[in-house]
Amino acid sequence: MRRPFHACVTVGCLAGAVLFVAAAQAAEPKHGGILKLYHRESPGSASIHEEATYSTNVPFMPVFNNLVIYDQHVAQNSLQSIVPELAASWAWGKDNTELTFRLRQGVKWHDGNPFTSKDVKCTIDMLMGKSSAKFRKNPRENWYQNVAEITTNGDYEAVFHLKRPQPALLALLASGYSPIYPCHVSPADMRQHPIGTGPFKFVEWKQNESIKLTRNPDYWKRGRPYLDGIEFTIISNRSTAMLAFIAGRLDMTFPTEVSIPLLKDVAAQAPQAVCKLAPLNVSTNIILNRDTPPFNNPAIRRALALTLDRKAFVDILSEGKADIGASMLPPPEGVWGMPKKMLETITGYGPDVAKNRAEARALMEQQGYGPDKRLNIKVSTRNLAVYRDPAVILIDQLKEIYIDGELEPVETGSWFAKVARKDYVIGLNLTGNSVDDPDQNFYENYACGSERNYTQYCNKELEARFDQQSIETDIEKRKKLVWDIDKQLQEDVARPILFHGRQATCWQPYVKGVTVMVNSSYNGYRYEDLWLDK
Amino acid sequence: MAGYLARRFLLMILTLFGISVIIFVLLRLVPGNIADILFDSAGMINPVEKKQIERELGLDRPIAVQYAHWIGGLLEGDLGYSYKSERPAIEEIAPRIPITAKLAALALAFSVLLGVPLGVVSAVRQNSALDYVLRVISLSGLSMPAFWLGLLILMAFVSAFGTIPIYTDPPQSPWDELLLLSVPAAAVGFRSSALIMRLTRSAMLEVLRQDYIRTARAKGASERTVNYHHALRNAILPLVTVIGIEAAFLIGGLIVTETVFNIPGVARFLVEAIRWRDYPIVQNLVMFIALIVVVANFIVDLLYAVLDPRIRYAR
Repeated sequence: MRRPFHACVTVGCLAGAVLFVAAAQAAEPKHGGILKLYHRESPGSASIHEEATYSTNVPFMPVFNNLVIYDQHVAQNSLQSIVPELAASWAWGKDNTELTFRLRQGVKWHDGNPFTSKDVKCTIDMLMGKSSAKFRKNPRENWYQNVAEITTNGDYEAVFHLKRPQPALLALLASGYSPIYPCHVSPADMRQHPIGTGPFKFVEWKQNESIKLTRNPDYWKRGRPYLDGIEFTIISNRSTAMLAFIAGRLDMTFPTEVSIPLLKDVAAQAPQAVCKLAPLNVSTNIILNRDTPPFNNPAIRRALALTLDRKAFVDILSEGKADIGASMLPPPEGVWGMPKKMLETITGYGPDVAKNRAEARALMEQQGYGPDKRLNIKVSTRNLAVYRDPAVILIDQLKEIYIDGELEPVETGSWFAKVARKDYVIGLNLTGNSVDDPDQNFYENYACGSERNYTQYCNKELEARFDQQSIETDIEKRKKLVWDIDKQLQEDVARPILFHGRQATCWQPYVKGVTVMVNSSYNGYRYEDLWLDK
Repeated sequence: MAGYLARRFLLMILTLFGISVIIFVLLRLVPGNIADILFDSAGMINPVEKKQIERELGLDRPIAVQYAHWIGGLLEGDLGYSYKSERPAIEEIAPRIPITAKLAALALAFSVLLGVPLGVVSAVRQNSALDYVLRVISLSGLSMPAFWLGLLILMAFVSAFGTIPIYTDPPQSPWDELLLLSVPAAAVGFRSSALIMRLTRSAMLEVLRQDYIRTARAKGASERTVNYHHALRNAILPLVTVIGIEAAFLIGGLIVTETVFNIPGVARFLVEAIRWRDYPIVQNLVMFIALIVVVANFIVDLLYAVLDPRIRYAR
């Protein structure tokens, strides 16, 4: 009896060993192969610094490096997940107003020129509008408003001198929107033929057709990238793109481009596909013209806040798979969003919608409106489904407080011009936050005079608190400050947030090393660790 | 004939001039310009930067000056630069023309080769079961939107063959290209074939009732000779007109089909260029398409005389 038992154990051990070796081999990244995915559109340009859409980040982030970057294997971006990239290390000094980066040596641009501290200085100077070379447009100039100047100390050290302490500057520098550009290439050339230091070199971009990248054999990170190249086929029709993925023609979908209904299709027709549904850190929100009637009246603004049934938006538009929150992305994926308990104390966020609306109607009646005297307004929005659909629900909800809204779809080309002219009463808008950090969100969307503060909401007292949270180094203390500010923004009906959307990314099971970021859709596309197991 | 040709040629020039003015003005009436669209992807408008872009592209100059600059360049063969890609417009347009031309030719061939014979059969077998089936097919062809048909075809390919006939890489051989383009050509040509079939049927029915057809039959000509030699030859004249017009309409169908099948032709490129308000691309492409349509109509007029010797153009 013992012999067979021993034999079994031996066979079992052998089998186990074989499986272990096989598993270890399977987990070992392989070099080679071209990653094929689709791109949803032909982007405006290849220059990440001149664009504010991830249509540019996704294909061109692999061409570049930052000084620091969010760890590409950690799904939640935070100050703790920042790792060095072109900077070998960094150090804060002089009361946290100096940030010194020691730069990696021996790094070369794709055209063979050496990377030095001059490139760091000229990139940031250009972003600050201080250099003779200018970007055609510079959407993130205000990220660097606290930077007084950049100095260099030899070829491999760059120092950021700040006007006041700002620990979150690192968070901004770690974003996919913060690549270092070469000094010797003009902004115009960077729009069409980008030169970087990143894991992939730009090969060609055929408008409306394809974008091709190839492996950088001289990449400074040994053994990376694993892929020989990346090819983006530009497929503007989403149905065609999804069918191409389902048919196995593509290895991966365009990141975060699979909507909830499409996700069901993929699960049914390509069950082998791996899909990850994640928040985009893009909020659907309302913009109000606070300078003209009726929303120059705080009581009517408050009535509007009280009539919103956010759950209805979420249920109708995304089958319950979106998040209700304030301005900062709610937890657990969002780092800075306030707890649910606190959220529900904000005007209009309470669960008893009927009670909120009764209060809203009473406010409207005090202003002279009622069932017999209704307020007629136009609800303006971009003529795109993702904007129009929530606008229609908003119009329905406004009826509850004696407001009859008429949808005004605005052609995309004139939307921001119209908003900038304040030629609207109420609008439905989407706001993407590229970095899950209050410094990016508050200064960009709510600071007095910011170009992306569409409503031109301006509260100097609150802005002083923006600075207060920005200076704070203790994360827990900073969180509390941020929650209070966010609550105040919602109470002021600065830009009422309806919901934070979620979308999915899908890939074939042989694509390995994919990490979908859960609190930003702009930062996770370096692709140097992706590999194909086939 | 020479006088007629000269008059037609002058008319062609005048038509093209009119089209150039209309497209130039219409484009500028559309809200927003390239600067607005560029800022759309930045999520804001910076008035100073916007003005700078407009100045660089010459969009701040009077519209008449802009028009003169464009036409002057066009006459010298200079199509200007694409606002979006910042490359010469000719380099953007030229590689896409052959793709669309092949697709359009295939679609037209498909519609004629399917529409004419089926129209003849339908007329010859009027009120038979086959006639009813063909009439239902032609009606469905006319009422089915091209994008819907295109998507249905793609879905059928994916579920039946596990593959999808779309353009992701340049085809390796002419045969590959033919295979790749034949499916979208069929999708876009189906509507035209339905129209041609219905017209062939009604034209044939009219001709088949004529005395000379009865005479031909009385002389002992075979049904085949009667139908194809005597009847079809006389019924084909209105068809030639329609085929000429359909060639122009195909461009509209191709915009949708190129999008659904992801074909990098001029039709889809034109839509993108309109979206980006890339004036040099749109203006030159529309002029090119207009030239094709005008020339096609001219050829159709000439074909009348060839097909029907009774037609002689007056001085």
